[in-house]
Amino acid sequence: MKFERQLARRNLSRRPVRTAALILLAAFLSFSVFAGSMIVLSLQNGLESYESRLGADIVVVPYEARSHGTLESILLQGIPGYFYMDETYLDKVRAISGVESASPQFYLASASAGCCSVAVQIIGFDPDTDFSIQPWIRESYSRDLGDGDVIVGSGITVPKNRTLRFYNQDCRVVASLDQTGTGLDTAVYANMNTIQALMAGSQTEGFDYFGGADPQRTISSIMVKVKDGCSIESVANDINIHVRHVEATQAKTMVSSIAGGLTNVSRIIGGLTAMIWALAIVILILAFVMISHERTREFAILRVMGASQRMLSGLLRWEAAFISLVGAVLGVAVGALVVFPFSSLIRGKLDLPYLMPGSGVVLGLLVGSVVLAVAAGSLTSAISAYRISRIDTGLILREGA
Amino acid sequence: MSLLELKSISKIYGDLHALDNVSLKVEKGEWVAIMGPSGSGKSTMMNIIGCMDKPTSGQVLLDGVDISKESDRNLTAIRRDKIGLIFQQFHLVNYLTALENVMVAQYYHSVPDEAEAMEALRRVGLADRAKHLPSQLSGGEQQRVCIARALINYPELILADEPTGNLDEANENIVLEIFRQLHAEGTTLVVVTHDPEVGEVAQRTVVLEYGKITREIHNESFEAKTAPALAEARN
Repeated sequence: MKFERQLARRNLSRRPVRTAALILLAAFLSFSVFAGSMIVLSLQNGLESYESRLGADIVVVPYEARSHGTLESILLQGIPGYFYMDETYLDKVRAISGVESASPQFYLASASAGCCSVAVQIIGFDPDTDFSIQPWIRESYSRDLGDGDVIVGSGITVPKNRTLRFYNQDCRVVASLDQTGTGLDTAVYANMNTIQALMAGSQTEGFDYFGGADPQRTISSIMVKVKDGCSIESVANDINIHVRHVEATQAKTMVSSIAGGLTNVSRIIGGLTAMIWALAIVILILAFVMISHERTREFAILRVMGASQRMLSGLLRWEAAFISLVGAVLGVAVGALVVFPFSSLIRGKLDLPYLMPGSGVVLGLLVGSVVLAVAAGSLTSAISAYRISRIDTGLILREGA
Repeated sequence: MSLLELKSISKIYGDLHALDNVSLKVEKGEWVAIMGPSGSGKSTMMNIIGCMDKPTSGQVLLDGVDISKESDRNLTAIRRDKIGLIFQQFHLVNYLTALENVMVAQYYHSVPDEAEAMEALRRVGLADRAKHLPSQLSGGEQQRVCIARALINYPELILADEPTGNLDEANENIVLEIFRQLHAEGTTLVVVTHDPEVGEVAQRTVVLEYGKITREIHNESFEAKTAPALAEARN
């Protein structure tokens, strides 16, 4: 085997252009598998994360939410927005049959001005009634959020003094949350006391988000948990019928509309990946078959020298293994250089929840892509080996093929 | 015992009798030229003797062993161990140097030995071209590498197919001189050629026509010229 390795090395090193072309082809194959799979997995992961973070059965927002930036654009794209309704709607929703609990949330957009450290979405919640935010805040911060304290999404850079300034009021950053792959990564979370102080600050700074309404008596959305045994759809319908000027949407519907988009994007990316992969394999097989055809005389010579079929297959296998391994490592490396540093750009372009899988899955994908490319190389070498097993040594050498 | 004996061999392709009941004996140390026009059956005979094809009928005894019914795998082993092949078109592996081409034959026979391969190249006058690729060698030099490769495993039979067919006169003379030396050392040579000048320098010329041996010519001048040298070499 050592000699076959040497022969393979000589052949590859003394035909650098052909070797480089084959390596590039193998790299293309593994790049498409790795990058395509990473994007599809990240989208699926992002959706799961989004679903779990939403944490409510029904989300109730004012009709104006459509014109002032929808909840989806806040949650998914992290576009700071705001919409408000009177807090009396909270009691009206609570009064609907089938509602187990309802908790208000308040959305305040910080400004791109000197009064604020960063322009972000600030989300306020009521610690006494909240059931959708606190469970996953607990994963990063086990104590109750005090007045003036904030927790930030993973996408926000925390200053050294751990203080962010919003509307000229300092907020202490007590924790950073895990990444979600959604707009929530660039949001800041605070309790209602803190956010009301910020609201007052915004008015002092001259920002009128509330259209004359009393900020102390306004909320942005209501998260609703439905009682066990009740139909979420019926409760949402009841809210829409009995509470005017608001829109109740099932969280499942919000997720499924994203899931629909995600499925389409995943299908396109998956289809493209499969197509590129199949194309690369076909090209790789054709290239190897053409090369083995071109090398028929060489194989005939080696057969005459005493090489067995197995030895020639070994020679082809070494060459294919080397090409596909080097190509696969190269492809995966380029894939990693594209997928990891540009993940924010990809997320932005896809406009969908995008959360990269954990290191174990990434490692598995890296190894899997390399193994797949090497397997494809082995397949091509097996096909080439079958072809050369049928050569008529005497005829080829006599004809000088 | 003859080194090579063809016993009534025939090779039939459909209606064509490429070889028709041919019998031939080649003694150890003999130099035989097989001549004939195109389509006479030279190539078929070369392929059968070189273990690259099997006869339709008849026996081929190489060193007393009937190889006409052997499997492809055994034929590969017999060719590797007993026969050194020289081709008109040299058939060197183009990405290997002259030295590596010789060592390939060593590897498939036993163990590559660079010093021994170098000595084989020195013997054909190519020690200084050992590191050159075939594309960097002239036709005559490539043929000499091919001869060095055929000799490296000390085969009992050298089978040459039109060995001077692609060479100019100067290189043809060099190759024939190497053959003379090999013969003087006791190597058995079977040379397939259509060139009368190459045929004439052999000890015996067998003429093939339409798949049959029509004539055998014993070159008397060969005996006169080489007998003393041969005797000296064998002593």
